[in-house]
Amino acid sequence: MMSKTKLSRRGLLKGSAAAGVALATPTIFSSNVWAAGYTNEPKGSTVTLGFNVPQTGAYADEGADELRAYELAVEHINGEGDGGMLNTFSSKALQGNGVNGKKVTFVTGDTQTKSDAARASAKRMIEKDGAVMITGGSSSGVAIAVQGLCQDAGVIFMAGLTHSNDTTGKDKRANGFRHFFNTEMSGAALGPVLKNNFGTERTAYHLTADYTWGWSQEGSIKKYTEQLGWQTAAAVRTPLGAGDFSQYITPVLNSGADVLVLNHYGRDMVNSLTQAVQFGLRDKQVNGKDFAIVVPLYSRLMAQGAGENVKGIFGSTNWHWSLQDEGSKAFVKSFGQKYGFPPSQAAHTTYCQALIYADAAQRAGTFRPSGVGAALEGFDFDGLGNGPTTYRADDHQCFKDVLVVKGKENPASKFDVLEVVEVTPRAQVEYPASMLGGELGPYNDGA
Amino acid sequence: MDAFFLQILNGLDKGGAYALIALGLTIIFGTLGVVNFAHGALFMMGAFCAVTVKALLGLESVREDPTQMTAWGTPVEIREPYVETWFGDFGTFLLDFSVPVSILVALPIMLFIGIAMERGLIRYFYKRPHAEQILVTFGLAIVLQEIVKSIFGANPIPQPAPDVARGMIDFGVSIGFDAGNVVYPAWRLIYFLFSLAVIGAVFAFLQFTTFGMVVRAGMADRETVGLLGIDIDRRFTIVFGIAAVVAGLAGAMYTPILSPDYHMGMDFLVLSFVVVVVGGMGSLGGAVAAGFLLGVLQSFASMNEVKAILPGIDQIIIYLIAVVILLVRPRGLMGRKGVMEH
Repeated sequence: MMSKTKLSRRGLLKGSAAAGVALATPTIFSSNVWAAGYTNEPKGSTVTLGFNVPQTGAYADEGADELRAYELAVEHINGEGDGGMLNTFSSKALQGNGVNGKKVTFVTGDTQTKSDAARASAKRMIEKDGAVMITGGSSSGVAIAVQGLCQDAGVIFMAGLTHSNDTTGKDKRANGFRHFFNTEMSGAALGPVLKNNFGTERTAYHLTADYTWGWSQEGSIKKYTEQLGWQTAAAVRTPLGAGDFSQYITPVLNSGADVLVLNHYGRDMVNSLTQAVQFGLRDKQVNGKDFAIVVPLYSRLMAQGAGENVKGIFGSTNWHWSLQDEGSKAFVKSFGQKYGFPPSQAAHTTYCQALIYADAAQRAGTFRPSGVGAALEGFDFDGLGNGPTTYRADDHQCFKDVLVVKGKENPASKFDVLEVVEVTPRAQVEYPASMLGGELGPYNDGA
Repeated sequence: MDAFFLQILNGLDKGGAYALIALGLTIIFGTLGVVNFAHGALFMMGAFCAVTVKALLGLESVREDPTQMTAWGTPVEIREPYVETWFGDFGTFLLDFSVPVSILVALPIMLFIGIAMERGLIRYFYKRPHAEQILVTFGLAIVLQEIVKSIFGANPIPQPAPDVARGMIDFGVSIGFDAGNVVYPAWRLIYFLFSLAVIGAVFAFLQFTTFGMVVRAGMADRETVGLLGIDIDRRFTIVFGIAAVVAGLAGAMYTPILSPDYHMGMDFLVLSFVVVVVGGMGSLGGAVAAGFLLGVLQSFASMNEVKAILPGIDQIIIYLIAVVILLVRPRGLMGRKGVMEH
């Protein structure tokens, strides 16, 4: 009997739908990375890490500094160079012979400081290059996007420079870990310093970058300054990358406010600060008081762009190369000798993240995300430039001292633009993990 | 009232930059019929002329001081600008006035860049569709941007105004406000006056010189001017150079207002096209008027009183106006019949 293939309309529709679903499934779910014990389990003599940093776009200089730090970290982990902060790190698990007996190699990706590009480059490093961990970045929007991708793919994400509360708050994921501080800690650290320098009867005017980090920063500074008794005259959202902020600064002149808070980062910070100083705000007197400008998140690389406009202006930072603890000194020496200039806070946090990850994998004896994660949760360490530090298990956020800095009046070199005015003790910036919401969920090993 | 007045001033200095870029765009479009998306890049190149002049003037002698060490264990470098060593006080003056000095340098360089760009690339696209002109000039803009980034990095580079122009001018007293109510940065007022001067010079050049007359005739009817035995192509090459100079000077003088980075041209480009469209394609007066008008309206839209009623209006006002103008007057404010209509 001859068999007949009968193609009904319904059958065709069903078939097309099934094919559509199959095609729409991200290749990551069907690729052979899932066949192993965990995603990208290294079988040979090397292990590959993925450094996902902005190599083009507005944060390219910061990205380049992150990459320099990663290369240095890989050298030190593999036992080359002077060892840097491995010599001062309190954990002595790493022996300078790679991790778990495997030599560390790396691949790099370009985030372009765009979420979709960052996800694409992270995906490429995981699927094509076999990266067992992704790290880096210079923006919270990007960090949150890549963190989600790493969670789904079953690899660890060690965040780079990301300062929004959401990264380890409402958008936290089990596979994601952040060494950098956040806006809540900036607010808690800056509050008392602002009180001591400017008193309790002040009126603040906020200019805020209109995206996740800006809102987070504005909320935190408002919270802590209003607790001091300050009033908020206005909080104005400005478009990202506005360039000329003068139309937002002119209303400040006669608003009655005597403090301007610039919740801007990067190029926006350089421009808005330069223009605010141009409009005479740094030398102005309002209500019988000296007008003040505050930049809650400082970056030394960016501060260089604002030139002498940063003089006397307060802000907070995660780390600064002028710190005199043994860890910072070792890192500055190692980095400075290799590259000829001191490292930025972005370089510091990424170097630390690479070292901490390698150490955790060594202690866990595996690169399996849940194994490494268990080694990181509640991990207490010291010697990496920020004093005694803990990776809190509840939200995968590092807790350590926070630096309050001020633009230096008489810089000795072009790198010497900020001075540390206070090291805010860790206890003062701690908060309950439940405060920022979100759920870590379970680890994804990818198997 | 004082806030209102401040925003007018603010709009005028911003409008000055828009008008200068739009003026160049319109000249190129009117004469060569080319939609030049690399015009923002010319503005950026002008700004980087200022950066280069400052860097060259600031070239330093470096000697190591073995008695002092950096944090990473190398001797501290003592740096001193050569111009100060050689010329003393005059050297210090040159360093301080690097932005105005850069105008003199930017002028020939931008003229050269403009002419090279026209002869080397743009002229091959005169008879091609506008879409292809846009693609090639946009590509060129990206290439120029990346070259600048590879040399100067991605971060903004501070470019201070001369010391005497760094302060504020109490503008309000002269027009009846109380002292201290309408104060405005001196350099921004200088920029506004500078833009007026450049616009005046371009108009005078086109209006009162034989060269300008030929160019205007060429804009109206290229073929007939050619039939009269005039090499209109060569004149148009120079016109392209002049448009590049206008954009370059606008960029160089803008550096104390906005620390230049490789991307600054793109930020201005889109706005300037809107300015051209609102002003009317091919209308020089329209481009200038629309530049100032949009600058002022953008400033007003950023006032808290306005944003309280229409949140986010500051981010869309320019485009909103473009939509309204195109609906009500499709040729723009001062557009001529027949331009871009065939």
